[in-house]
Amino acid sequence: MSTLRLEIVTPERKVYEKDVNMVVVKGVGGELGILPHHIPLVTPLKVAPVKAKIGNSNEFIAVHGGFMEVRKDKVVILAEAAELGEDIDVSRARLAKERAERRLAQKQADISAQRAEMALQRAISRLETAGEK
Amino acid sequence: MAKGMREIKRSIRSKQSTKQITKAMEMVAASKLRRAQEAAVAARPYTDKLKEVVSSIASSAGSSKHPMLLTRPIKRTAYLVITSDRGLAGGYNANILRKVLLTIKENHQSPDEYAVFVIGRKGRDFFSRRDIPLAGEVTGLSDSPKFSDIKEIAAQAVQGFEAGKYDELYLAYNKFHNAISQEPTLKRILPLGEMQAGSDKADYEYEPSAEEVLNVLLPKYAETLVFSALLEGKASEFGARMTAMGNATKNATKMIADLTLTYNRARQAAITQEIAEIVGGANAQQ
Repeated sequence: MSTLRLEIVTPERKVYEKDVNMVVVKGVGGELGILPHHIPLVTPLKVAPVKAKIGNSNEFIAVHGGFMEVRKDKVVILAEAAELGEDIDVSRARLAKERAERRLAQKQADISAQRAEMALQRAISRLETAGEK
Repeated sequence: MAKGMREIKRSIRSKQSTKQITKAMEMVAASKLRRAQEAAVAARPYTDKLKEVVSSIASSAGSSKHPMLLTRPIKRTAYLVITSDRGLAGGYNANILRKVLLTIKENHQSPDEYAVFVIGRKGRDFFSRRDIPLAGEVTGLSDSPKFSDIKEIAAQAVQGFEAGKYDELYLAYNKFHNAISQEPTLKRILPLGEMQAGSDKADYEYEPSAEEVLNVLLPKYAETLVFSALLEGKASEFGARMTAMGNATKNATKMIADLTLTYNRARQAAITQEIAEIVGGANAQQ
């Protein structure tokens, strides 16, 4: 089974580097599944977990925005922040989710509503990555 | 003579404790410098990759008309100055602040023509003492700053450019050459100007379109430039502090040696005088 190399890089460090069989991401235009020998592609990403398929197992990485560059046998994801499932503080993410939901329910001014929305997305993405919905 | 000796002794002791402090600060700065350099190296893949993709899109035909790439008539300039929170780093802050102040005085007649963003307490205090209004400030950064720490101020500056509030954006920071030499640098980061295509240019598909990808990437790229300048600035700060403290330690050592010599001379003089007095007294009794 052919593989492609998946790299996830943030300004601070390289978060992830492995040979995988398939990458599933959520781009701004919709969900994308990347297999080896994909045509070169660049797309911005949404705040959502990235799924890496290795053999029969799946690994999830929470990627907060950023974008993806696809080459023939390599996928590079550049994001301002990214976390592996095991690094995520579930209780903190859950608190953040509740806080964001509360803020959204209050319906404040545009800016803070937008920020709350982003925070909510990040929290949900973290929780999904950590395997707790 | 005895009084002079006590004073010399006290002065030696005070220099010794100063030396201990500067020595400790030198060693702390040295170890932090190593970490700061590692952080700067770790951030490089991200910046390089981003630059590669941005330039390959920007150089492909039809998409080089993006407002962030185009030079426009300059009515208002923004400066983003990176300084440290703490002093005792030699000329680290003074050099960069002097450079910025001179540039501002040379190029602008009225305060309407420029805006200053500042990172670091030293820079903030410097500009507020001179009644230069600050468009934004960040202080109290840790020694290993995170991207999120400066994201807001960088985004503020970049969005100001996008919205047409500023027509160019300069980054002022200390460029890191090595541990003993740092160079105050003023670099224009916006507009980005002509981008050179990389050597291994790949023909990408863009989703949803080249323009939209560029819209997302260019501000990010500019923010990343700010972040890497910050990391370099941190490395320079520790380098400058290490050198300054090294010199201070050396000076203290020299002063202690001189004072010890003076002290010993004074002590010897006192002893000689005492002997002379005893001998004089004994002679007088005969």
